[in-house]
Amino acid sequence: MKTDRIVALLFILPSLILIGIFIYGFIGWTGWVSMVNWRDVFPDFTFVGLRNYSRLFQHFRFAISMKNTLVFTILFLIASIGIGLLLAILLDRKVRFEGFFRTVYLFPMAVSFVVTGVVWRWILNPGTGGESVGLNWLLEKIGLGFLKSGWYTDPNIGIKAVVIAAVWQMSGYVMALYLSGIRSVPNELYEAAQLDGANVFQLYRYIVLPLLRPVTLSAVIILGHISLKIFDLVFAMTGSGIGFSCDVPALFMYDTTFRGNYFSQGAAIAMILLLCVAALIIPYLVYSIRSEVRK
Amino acid sequence: MWRKLVLLVAMSLLVTVFAAKIEIFSWWTAGGEAEGLQELFNIYSKLYPGVEIINATVAGGAGAQAKAVLKTRMLGGDPPDTFQVHAGHELIDTWVKTGFMEPITFLYKEEGWDKVMPKGILDIVSYNGEYWSVPVNIHRANVLWYNKKIFEKYGLKPPKTFEEFFQVAEVLKSHGIIPLALGTKDGWEAAHAFETVLIGKLGAEGYKGLWTGQTKWSDPRVTDALETFAKMLQYVNSDHAARTWDEACALIVEGKAAMNIMGDWAVGYFYAKNFYDFGWVLAPGNEGIFDALSDSFGLPKGAKNRENVINFLRVLGSKEGQLAFNIKKGSIPARTDIDKNLFPEYQRSAMEDWLKHEIVPSVMHGAAASESWVTEFKDVISLFVARPDVKTTQKALVSIAKAQGVPQ
Repeated sequence: MKTDRIVALLFILPSLILIGIFIYGFIGWTGWVSMVNWRDVFPDFTFVGLRNYSRLFQHFRFAISMKNTLVFTILFLIASIGIGLLLAILLDRKVRFEGFFRTVYLFPMAVSFVVTGVVWRWILNPGTGGESVGLNWLLEKIGLGFLKSGWYTDPNIGIKAVVIAAVWQMSGYVMALYLSGIRSVPNELYEAAQLDGANVFQLYRYIVLPLLRPVTLSAVIILGHISLKIFDLVFAMTGSGIGFSCDVPALFMYDTTFRGNYFSQGAAIAMILLLCVAALIIPYLVYSIRSEVRK
Repeated sequence: MWRKLVLLVAMSLLVTVFAAKIEIFSWWTAGGEAEGLQELFNIYSKLYPGVEIINATVAGGAGAQAKAVLKTRMLGGDPPDTFQVHAGHELIDTWVKTGFMEPITFLYKEEGWDKVMPKGILDIVSYNGEYWSVPVNIHRANVLWYNKKIFEKYGLKPPKTFEEFFQVAEVLKSHGIIPLALGTKDGWEAAHAFETVLIGKLGAEGYKGLWTGQTKWSDPRVTDALETFAKMLQYVNSDHAARTWDEACALIVEGKAAMNIMGDWAVGYFYAKNFYDFGWVLAPGNEGIFDALSDSFGLPKGAKNRENVINFLRVLGSKEGQLAFNIKKGSIPARTDIDKNLFPEYQRSAMEDWLKHEIVPSVMHGAAASESWVTEFKDVISLFVARPDVKTTQKALVSIAKAQGVPQ
């Protein structure tokens, strides 16, 4: 028994050490940098406490980017989960060529966010001088010209246009999660419900959806942490956007650190992002560990 | 058999270890820039054969992305042998004051560069009585480019003052032509245009003073500049947030827009698109002022191939190198002893102006202020483009200047 434990420990030790250094060690280092006065390429490790944080909270760009992240996260979660669930239910109704459709919907996930960003930058480019391109052109051709818009170049839309691209990319993934969830619902439950005279709507409302709650939770966690940390999609698609209407904290962090040399301020943004993601993930971890213990 | 193989491996390892190399870091990846760089490589290879050149480039206008890569390398103790850096505060504040560079005054003395380059440029590559980098070229930031055909068609004259600019813009607008092409996707282009408005309203001394504290940011002329810029923004293409600077130039090429305020690297873009119907004047109110920036290369401490770098720097500062590079790049040489008749028309005019105009350093391109100030400045102006609130913006400009330790 005892040797077993030692062997097990030896096996996980290398990864423990590596994770300890390269994840927790660097988190600690970033935390330290965020509390010193490093604002030049040459490090200055004078301790300044939380001054970088208080400066950050007064910075107009930080306020705008945090607000944008909030809007982005909420819209992205609702739309991806809604569309993903809808697609999963439709596919579950034994459509023809199910395998084909599944691949089509899932495929965008395999594409890098950078590629998605560049392509959607073109699609949602509103065109100029009265000439329409991309999606606006399409809308005009099919007689829906009144739907034309400035997309991400309109400061009132800004980040919401990026949501479209993100939903296009990730809703297929949510569909896959839900589809496997629906498929794992035991057949007896369907049969019992049908015997009780439940129609299709009731079947999903009272049998399937309640059973899918854990899947929804996973989807929220996975999409939520992606959207809080989002950088590559926004960077490739819009940049900070007009009047920072597309700005997110990660972009601000990149700018202030590598263009402005405010290394401590960048580290402070990183820590705040970490806290946001932790606030999302820690309750989930606690929940799943507890339910494992119960089993 | 085995012994032979081992010998072979050992030998090839030796070759890779001792092979002469030089790694040159820049953001010159497109069109004329890349061709100019290649010219320099060719001259270098001819003079110093057998040295392998590693061309480390990172794409992106104004070097925004390249600078991020460079910083991680420098801080990580892995400096490239030499790197592109804007002469002025970007060089001095970011790299020299922080102790990352070696002085190269000896090269200036040996090659006599201090006698053939004008004082305006020598000043911005020196600190503490030493020279720190070799300027390869001079670019001019305050140029207004226009499509000649459009101007002829409507019988217009290129504007020299703000008043004329707005008259012309009004006429163009009434004909459905975009008066001023702008691309703000990368975040620096609007601030670049605003820089020329500041020069136009404050003049050379007033503008230079903004960065040293001699002119206050609360000055009413700054208010005037902001108001004028806000008015100019009413004449730009509506999709500017979707375009980069070169995509804005494309509007001129396609004949959809009539004017554009951009640095003279636009010439390289126009030539690359086989577009020759462009004309130029100075940005409104910029008469007699040369808003300059310069790309330069220095010698980082700890460069792995120091001797090769020094030789490369010699090529950069040589007559031959400056001529070959600048003809391709569309800029003008930092040396003043090069025959201007070897250059195309635009560059000839810039070379004449370089000698007789008053030189001011460009802020958006690293010459006038530290990188941290430039970043904040560009952010404030970026926000101004979407929310043209003159009062708030001027207050923000005052407070970022204060944060830089410049009394207001």
